[in-house]
Amino acid sequence: MIAKLRAILRDRKAIAVCSVILLLFAMVALFAPWISPHDPVKVNLAIKLQPPSGDYWLGTDHLGRDNFSRLLHGARISLGLAFLIFIASLGIGLVVGVISGYRGGWLDAWLMRFCEAVMTVPNLVLVLGMVGIFGPGLGQVVLALMLVQWVYYARMFRGMVISLKERQFIAAARISGSSEWKVIRRHVLPNVLPPILVMGTLEMGWAIMDISALSFLGLGIQPPTPEWGAMIHEGKAFIRSHPELMLYPGLMILLVVISFNLLGEALSERFGVKRRM
Amino acid sequence: MIIYIGKRLLAIVPIILFTILITFILIHVSPVDPAEAYLTAAHIHPTEELLAQKRHEFGLDQPLLVQYGRTVVKMAQLDFGVSYVTNEPVWDEVVSKMPATAQLAVSSIFFAIIVSIPLGFLSAVYKNSVIDYVSRGLSYIGASIPQFWLGYLLVFFFSVKLDLLPVEGRGSWLHLVLPTLTLSLALIAIYTRLLRASVLEQLQEPYVMYARTRGIKGRIIMVKHVLKIAIAPVITGLGMNVGKLLTGAIIVEQVFSWPGFGRYFVDAIFNRDIPVIQCYVFLAACLFIICNLIADLVQLYMDPRISLKGRSES
Repeated sequence: MIAKLRAILRDRKAIAVCSVILLLFAMVALFAPWISPHDPVKVNLAIKLQPPSGDYWLGTDHLGRDNFSRLLHGARISLGLAFLIFIASLGIGLVVGVISGYRGGWLDAWLMRFCEAVMTVPNLVLVLGMVGIFGPGLGQVVLALMLVQWVYYARMFRGMVISLKERQFIAAARISGSSEWKVIRRHVLPNVLPPILVMGTLEMGWAIMDISALSFLGLGIQPPTPEWGAMIHEGKAFIRSHPELMLYPGLMILLVVISFNLLGEALSERFGVKRRM
Repeated sequence: MIIYIGKRLLAIVPIILFTILITFILIHVSPVDPAEAYLTAAHIHPTEELLAQKRHEFGLDQPLLVQYGRTVVKMAQLDFGVSYVTNEPVWDEVVSKMPATAQLAVSSIFFAIIVSIPLGFLSAVYKNSVIDYVSRGLSYIGASIPQFWLGYLLVFFFSVKLDLLPVEGRGSWLHLVLPTLTLSLALIAIYTRLLRASVLEQLQEPYVMYARTRGIKGRIIMVKHVLKIAIAPVITGLGMNVGKLLTGAIIVEQVFSWPGFGRYFVDAIFNRDIPVIQCYVFLAACLFIICNLIADLVQLYMDPRISLKGRSES
């Protein structure tokens, strides 16, 4: 496994660069409360809209909060929520997909019709519709994104289960005396992991974009929480005098999302996995 | 051909019924009581009496299956109920908001096409040249940039710094420039990529080699044969990415205060105007399905090598 990983990193510069950027962001997200120099939500009007200085590296915003600390905490929120959505939708998709593929019959047919119906409505429209019905808020947004994303995993896992059921190498491995665990580790996982990796990577990018878009619309994360989309929303009022307030968080989103997209694409090329547009 | 279209049209019905069912289920599992939402949106203090009266009016005291049947029949007649906020029929309001969104959508698609066809084509023909790098860079950025941020960047450069274009609103054609640019970049990113990949694939085909050996000029092969076939996935892409256009329009209309359907939808979300939300989700699904069908048919017409038989079954 590790040798394989090393080989991937060697022959693909893009994967290496994106991984490093994303790892960096992940570290920032994990350690934001300890490494940020100031409290991201502490209001101090005496020092509002200050230019960058030794104490406030990127200056302060209209409420005197440290921009740099807010950006670091923003990474924590965006990446954390995106990861949560990824894990949850992967879990739901895994359960539904495996049951659907394994059982087959009418249950399979109904579940798949349901997935198709969810897929016919553009994701963000459905999420917005749910938020409209359940009301705005962070929990509702996360729930809505999960409920929309799992269908793609369900279909993927269903397809895998159906094709793996038929494969002879698994039956062969079993007959030749491999233990259940060994069959899963040596034969099932290597077939299942790459598509998950590719889809998960791409999904993290979408989730971050969607969360920030919802926060920007005022439907997701509410101020004063330092989320990137919400920060752009707050910063746009100062577009004439202090454009950097909306510039920094946007750059962060762009950098993270582009890294996820490039990584996802490089991985899909590497593993020969087809991706959905 | 007619049988094929008929089959496809028939297949739409259950999907739409299912979509209505999903919005219906959502409304019923949500903790919000539509009668209460109505009264709150209309700024009427909800008393027990009024709630009961409204519940009866909305048919909420009927069995669920009856309610679902009613919703479907009403939607088929384009009756989406009355907006909680304005008390006007939702459909009339939607129709009045449609032209603004349609104008934005059409101009964005048009702009995206005239930019991405030459860009995608040239970047495939001159693979690994400067133009290829530029177009690939553009499509990566276009796919990853938050649209609302892009909108504000453009406002900053063209309206604040250069003072060339209006910041927001709808009026002269100058008002259309920035929203169109914002909305079309995501589309340009997709179409350029699709066309590039598709041209590269076509160049491997034996018919290109055959045409070359017969002594047909490279340029003629490219335009008359390769481009004509390679464009098919882009047309499917047009249909498949209607969702991107729709969600993009929601954001862009918000950024530029464009008085369209998307803005109306976001206002409805803030007001918990459930009939409007339901109507929007329903129309979005219909639009998506119809555009996909049209894209398939156009593709079929343009590339006769695709057989009907295999497609109608998938």
